Amino acid sequence: MSAPLLEVSGLTKRFGGLVAVKNIGFDIRPGEILGLIGPNGSGKSTVMKLIMGIERPNAGMVKVEGVDVAGWPSHRIARHGVGIVFQHSRPLHRQTVLENIKLALLPDSLIRLFADPEVESKAIAIAERVGLGSVLHRRPATLPFADLRRMELAKAVARDPKIVLVDEPFAGLTSGEVNDFSDLIRGFRAEGRAVLLVDHNVKSVSALVDRVKAMYLGEHIAEGSAEEVMQNETVRRVYLGGAITTAARPEATFKGNEPLIKVDELGVLYGKAQALEKVSIHVHEGEFVSVVGLNGAGKTTLFNAISGLVPYSGAIRWEGAPLAGRSPAAIARDAGIVQCPETRELFGDMSVRENLDLGGQHLAKAERLERTEWLFELFPIIKARQPQAAKTLSGGEQQMLAIARALMMKPRLLILDEPTLGLAPVILEQLSKALEKLRQTTSITVLLGEQNVTFALPHADRVYVLEHARIVWEGEPGRFAKEAGAGLL
Amino acid sequence: MFGRLISSRLTWIALVLLVVGATLPLYVTGYILGILTLSYYFGVFAMAWDLLFGFAGEVNFGPTFLIGLGAYTAGIINANWGWPMAACVLAGALMAILGGVLLALPALKLRGPYFGLMTLVAVLLLQNFIVIFAGVTGGEIGLTVPDVLFIDDSANYEFALGFMVLSGAILFGLSRSPIGLILQASGQDAVETAALGFNVAKHKLAAFCVSAFFSGTAGALMIFYLGTASVGTVVDIAVGVQVIIAAVLGGRRTILGAAVGAIFLILAGEALRPLGELSTFVVSAVALAVILFFPNGFIGSLLRVGEKS
Repeated sequence: MSAPLLEVSGLTKRFGGLVAVKNIGFDIRPGEILGLIGPNGSGKSTVMKLIMGIERPNAGMVKVEGVDVAGWPSHRIARHGVGIVFQHSRPLHRQTVLENIKLALLPDSLIRLFADPEVESKAIAIAERVGLGSVLHRRPATLPFADLRRMELAKAVARDPKIVLVDEPFAGLTSGEVNDFSDLIRGFRAEGRAVLLVDHNVKSVSALVDRVKAMYLGEHIAEGSAEEVMQNETVRRVYLGGAITTAARPEATFKGNEPLIKVDELGVLYGKAQALEKVSIHVHEGEFVSVVGLNGAGKTTLFNAISGLVPYSGAIRWEGAPLAGRSPAAIARDAGIVQCPETRELFGDMSVRENLDLGGQHLAKAERLERTEWLFELFPIIKARQPQAAKTLSGGEQQMLAIARALMMKPRLLILDEPTLGLAPVILEQLSKALEKLRQTTSITVLLGEQNVTFALPHADRVYVLEHARIVWEGEPGRFAKEAGAGLL
Repeated sequence: MFGRLISSRLTWIALVLLVVGATLPLYVTGYILGILTLSYYFGVFAMAWDLLFGFAGEVNFGPTFLIGLGAYTAGIINANWGWPMAACVLAGALMAILGGVLLALPALKLRGPYFGLMTLVAVLLLQNFIVIFAGVTGGEIGLTVPDVLFIDDSANYEFALGFMVLSGAILFGLSRSPIGLILQASGQDAVETAALGFNVAKHKLAAFCVSAFFSGTAGALMIFYLGTASVGTVVDIAVGVQVIIAAVLGGRRTILGAAVGAIFLILAGEALRPLGELSTFVVSAVALAVILFFPNGFIGSLLRVGEKS
């Protein structure tokens, strides 16, 4: 066996108090493809950035052909033979595709005022290899999404790296394009490069990888072939949750009257990427519905469309009347569809109490106080934190405040977008209890978006699975693991 | 490369303008020549600024910091020690480069509005310095320099035109070279540019130095044309704002557009002088309208038409 091209050991990265990457290590040999997978917030992208030098590791080694490059600036690591294919990038808009590729072929020099003549022919050859031969002289803005990703790939190829890092290789691509890209990545393997694919789940990269390493909350949890990792107990628990007790109320309980909200054939485009395609869901008054899907599946887009924040095709009906044309403010205030966004959007410099009062601004004083008291009961920790600036709260406390603020608006439909993002298990438990209490003691209607199945299932009456912009499964939480679980691994 | 240069419409337009510009002293008055002379120095200020903003992506709100450093350094040396003019201009350019490096160091650390604010503060500091050390700098009254470039209007005009054309050719060539490409990439996506193996800091620092060199040289030459250096002509924030408007008006990321915008702005201001106080208002309104409706500027819009076809 040949010596590894890339050796990573003891890699650790802390952001403030949060340990994003903890003692991670792996090797990749020439002509080998390693898949690094983990759910959102698991630290896999950070590992990639640490290798590339975009972030500096706090500890550990990154050896490229035996030379430790950990802590080097990005451009030196790149010149040492590491290339990266970003998921999103900003190409040069005024330059053609060819010029964008030529950029990657230029030397890092301030005195070379003229490019070498062979740069042009090299760039053309690379463009043809990745399938951009027919659009050489177009500008990036006029290209379809897949071609933009090809251009990113072309730039990485142009650097002729020994080690190629690819971030979510297939995000936003159609199945035909996925095949093309898989072939290109297999081409890297055939040329003896070491390839690291970073993605959310095993399934999407299983056909391509030689080995898979799984991470969760910054730590290594499993390594082996794609099948081995999919069978691994810990991996299954992280992705599918352990034994979950569900408390679903059958949909029939809510049937009879019209759904509170009905989304029909919803489609959303972000530039050229299809973020949602023919998505139809409905929620009855008093129902708790979870939308489960990995990062990038389209959950946030769905919620933003409901809240009137992104343009869409199709129809969203609220108590039978279309929501289209109403401003986001009217949707939140008059209709009572209140979203608690993934990013929480607290007013960091305002106190906890001020954040709450702002949510209850439209209520009469007596009602506001009453509601505040009720929320303090639901989230006791918020009561203790009243005078503190919101930004000084811990992640879990911030999430609770965000939910409390949304509840101050007396929502008829509460939309919770990934409330568990980046939270420790113990906080999840508290949040879970609060949600359960909310469900038991009030008749509130909730639409929850989650990739953490353990959190999403116990409260849900009904579950939708969103995958690659489409709804692929709908049913009771009890049937979820058996019928829909495999798609999430 | 040269084939493309000859077939390009832009080359021919530039050539015609150049011939007309160079023969202008034959048929216009000295008064108009004087205004054009000033506008050419202004053109260099705007082009140098465009290299930083349009290419390196650094929003420098205080172009007059670099201009003023060059102008006052040259002026003070000339007035106090009587060095020859060429040496004074060189010293001014070097001082401006030093100032450019001083600006660049925090620019590589700070992001967005903070860097912009800092460049404004740099101008205010320079202005304060000049006022406080009035004994050396001439203070608010201004500094009279003993040497002047030429006595003759036409000679002054041709010199300024030559200087602008030379500076424009160098800056334009640089912007179209591989370095210009790397600079644009650094301005747009520094992380990716570094991941492609380019030292972003090195390239941006170079851009600051080049921009400072041309700003400082133009500033120094301008005061030797005017015979005086004053805060109102080379340091004041209003002057800097005019430089910025000129560059945006002409079309950012085009270099040449910046010069066109500068000449337009100065000429329009002069043509509307009979309106009195209103003239500034009208010129500003026109500039605002162009920026609102043609955000790519004069030249930028022309190039866009070419891009689409």
